[in-house]
Amino acid sequence: MHSFGYRLNTVLTFALLLLAVLCGAASFLDAFNSPLSASSSYVQANAQVVKVNRFRRQLNGADEVSLTFNVSLDMKRLFTWNTKQVFVFLAAEYETPKNALNQISLWDHIILDKDQAMFQTKVTTKYPLIDQGSNLRGRKVDLILHWHVMPKTGRMIRDKLRLSDFHLPEAYT
Amino acid sequence: MGWLSDSLDSIRTLQIRHVLTQIVSLGMIVTSALIIWKGLMCVTGSESPVVVVLSGSMEPGFKRGDILFLHMSKDPIRAGEIVVFNVDGREIPIVHRVIKVHERQDTGEVDILTKGDNNFGDDRLLYAHGQLWLQRHHIMGRAVGFLPYVGWVTIIMTEKPIIKYLLIGALGLLVITSKE
Repeated sequence: MHSFGYRLNTVLTFALLLLAVLCGAASFLDAFNSPLSASSSYVQANAQVVKVNRFRRQLNGADEVSLTFNVSLDMKRLFTWNTKQVFVFLAAEYETPKNALNQISLWDHIILDKDQAMFQTKVTTKYPLIDQGSNLRGRKVDLILHWHVMPKTGRMIRDKLRLSDFHLPEAYT
Repeated sequence: MGWLSDSLDSIRTLQIRHVLTQIVSLGMIVTSALIIWKGLMCVTGSESPVVVVLSGSMEPGFKRGDILFLHMSKDPIRAGEIVVFNVDGREIPIVHRVIKVHERQDTGEVDILTKGDNNFGDDRLLYAHGQLWLQRHHIMGRAVGFLPYVGWVTIIMTEKPIIKYLLIGALGLLVITSKE
């Protein structure tokens, strides 16, 4: 009845159950860190385009833009004890006659630690803004900050915040 | 002599009953595992609700051996989501992040470009020859939940099959010999 095998089995089952409950609790407690009102009070961020480095039409007829912009971020409040990293990226979003939505990631960054979650920097586009066609001249483009909170265990949380918009120049460079 | 044959018979029937019970309980274990898996498929809408991360292309977010829970809803796919997709000519699905989305005005079809967080460039080199975008039908699901390390069990079992057979044998032996 109380052989070694049975005791081992009981101990292992109990340990696994406890671990599962702890993982579930860690993920569940993250919900209390979610913003109750608008996300704008939660993450402080700002991004402004300071320069259009290059604006041209590729040989296949697609417009391509390279930009430089200032980014300032404060994402400290996103971090809980269950947060492994925050993946943050800046996306250009715009509408064209052909596409209802174009979302293009321009720059991304991985924040591993709460201490590094507040910074200000000047960056160039990591991925060029390439349209599916040549619709970018004079186009109004929204800059939207997206973040993806990746937990040590459990549910992943995504959110976004509209930062600013800008108009691309009317002529290629 | 009657009582001797009687007791022998009773022992014989007992053993048969014991074996039958073992077979039934084994069947219960197998079927309930199948029920859980199929139930998960129904709830998540994805044909493989749980996947194991095999490469380090999403580090430091996902490491080899981590488990992802997938969900497949009708919601449109947007940039920043981590999706699992199949490429024609590749057996193993890939888990990467969406970095570009173009959604058609008229049909609502989407063109998607993905990239691994830890990779230098985007995934066009991983796609089929000449393929520039992923479409909706390539996507198997989006990652919604995460559990570290558990996937190592399956990685070890697929890479060292002998351990798998040893484990199955030991479990089978335990089921057959256990008296309860």
